[in-house]
Amino acid sequence: MTADDMDVPGVPDAGPEAADPEPVAVPLAEALREVDHEAARAALADVPWEPGAKKPDPILVADHVVRRFGGLTAVDADHVEVQRGVITALIGPNGAGKTTLFNLLTNFDKPDSGTRVFDGHNIDDVPAHKIANYGMVRTFQLTKALSKMTVIENMKLGATGQRGEKLWRSILPFTWKAQERDIEARADALLERFKMSHMRDEFAGTLSGGQRKLLEMARALMVEPTMVMLDEPMAGVNPALTQSLLGHVTGLSEQGMTVLFVEHDMDMVQEISDWVIVMAEGRIIAEGPPASIGENQAVVDAYLGSHHDSALDLDTEL
Amino acid sequence: MDWGAILENTIRGLIGERFIVFALAAIGLNLHFGYTGLLNFGQAVFMAAGAYGLAITVVTIGPRLNDPDGLDLGLSTTTLFWLGVFVAVVVFPLIMALIMGIPTLRLRADYLAIVTIAAAEIFRLIARSPRFDWLTGSSDGLSGFSKTFYDMSPFDPGGRYLFDLFIGNQMFLVLVGWVVLALSAFTCWLIIRSPWGRVLKAIREDEDAARSLGKNAYWYKMQALMLGGIFGAIGGMLRAIGFSLAQPDNFITDVTFFVWVALILGGAGKIMGPLIGAAILYGILDFTDIFLRQGVANGNIPESIMTGTQVGQVRFMLMGLGLVLLAAFRPQGIIGNKEEMALDDR
Repeated sequence: MTADDMDVPGVPDAGPEAADPEPVAVPLAEALREVDHEAARAALADVPWEPGAKKPDPILVADHVVRRFGGLTAVDADHVEVQRGVITALIGPNGAGKTTLFNLLTNFDKPDSGTRVFDGHNIDDVPAHKIANYGMVRTFQLTKALSKMTVIENMKLGATGQRGEKLWRSILPFTWKAQERDIEARADALLERFKMSHMRDEFAGTLSGGQRKLLEMARALMVEPTMVMLDEPMAGVNPALTQSLLGHVTGLSEQGMTVLFVEHDMDMVQEISDWVIVMAEGRIIAEGPPASIGENQAVVDAYLGSHHDSALDLDTEL
Repeated sequence: MDWGAILENTIRGLIGERFIVFALAAIGLNLHFGYTGLLNFGQAVFMAAGAYGLAITVVTIGPRLNDPDGLDLGLSTTTLFWLGVFVAVVVFPLIMALIMGIPTLRLRADYLAIVTIAAAEIFRLIARSPRFDWLTGSSDGLSGFSKTFYDMSPFDPGGRYLFDLFIGNQMFLVLVGWVVLALSAFTCWLIIRSPWGRVLKAIREDEDAARSLGKNAYWYKMQALMLGGIFGAIGGMLRAIGFSLAQPDNFITDVTFFVWVALILGGAGKIMGPLIGAAILYGILDFTDIFLRQGVANGNIPESIMTGTQVGQVRFMLMGLGLVLLAAFRPQGIIGNKEEMALDDR
């Protein structure tokens, strides 16, 4: 448990500047300074514990999103809202459609129908690569560290609006060198914060699984996102790194970023999420604060089967 | 054995005209494959685009533009030549890149491979077909476009230069070729160390990751295809100027594979890889050629092993053997980095 998790929601807090314990200052996107994580968490107290519940300040809204693969309806989500400034977990048994929904929300996959709105922009027809410019960045279940690039190159890649990424400017280094220096400084500061500075010039392919997850997360932050989408951030991470990763995820939220993550690991969900959305068979079957989920009958049924605690009765089974 | 002649031939292979042409084409392919991960199996089509861009503009289109009954533009031969160079280096390769890239770059890498290998053959067969004889000169090809180039030569066409290695016109072509090659390699070096080059490498490693970080992977791949095509076209144009002939069968599929051999031999994803690869490829081919020929002529190699006419084939067999050994013992190429290459397997 980090200190933050023991705070009672709703108690007036010192404010965002006191909530940033990081030793290295990393400049935040303008939009983030206005987000008060504690207030956003407190606002969730009045949200009803039901699927598709309306949030007071949603950053991401999806309506009637349907995705079919042939005859299989992988996702059929009536209404999903993600509250700005909090950590939301998306959980569900294997094959529930979590990653599919995740891909739909980040536009890495197109739904058969439905609309998605991110931070006031309709993103239905926006190509995946433009989503990052709106302030949403995602990571992948199978970590995509760019193996044959060094850690620092990986980091610098994440910065948006780079002048030197234009072909005609690339042969004129003086047109982008100054910006490149700023980007490198920002990348180094982030590496420092993720305690990866010593691996700065190593190829990313030489990192361990957990370090790659850290790198991917740090690289995502180079985008200066307002919303971070993490697809199974704990998959394949050795337990020694788990706490550090958890700390970084809560750190994002304390800086005002919205976090949505897909996870199997219930301990992680209980420990860091402010709100949980449960999926089963492509549908949203429950929502609520993490403590409420364990007692939710629909969730228990989805994970364990609806007859798990009754004696097997042949007549009803048939 | 005439060791002087052997040495002369080998050096001509190492630094001569074919080295320049194939090094340029391999620089382009290195941008495609080495840095962006594009499987282009039709680099010959870009080379052909360069050759025909120049030849068609000067020989076929030029006279029509100057036709007194038509447009009557009255362009001089020199103007037409430079217009041809522009068409060869910019217009044709860009058109080819768009034709091949638009339908395939959104798909998996192998689709580009299929389309490029097919496009190269389609281009060659169209250029060969009698139907387009008026435009491309069909299988005889086009000639008569290189005069402006050689007129600029400061060398005496009859003289021999650089330790008698090259005759006048050849010397001029080779000199221009070296300058172009050096500029191309330098440009390539500049852009690869820029943020643009970083995005290319990211796309090679993982396209979705690049996309999630806001990079338009499709457009970057298109740009890489175009730019690499331009280097290929420069190579093809120099090849045509060297032969004073743009002929379809100078751009058969084998040409593409020689470019690949040069790139893999030198080391893909390294700036100097294509240059070193092309030099060694033609150095070895020319060395074995004259070495075996002399061996046969002197009777050192008996007729029962090979005859003079078989030397051409045998040197390619030796080259193939060399490639097999390279793949087994040095898959990263001559200047590649083995550790870096091994990162793929994780």
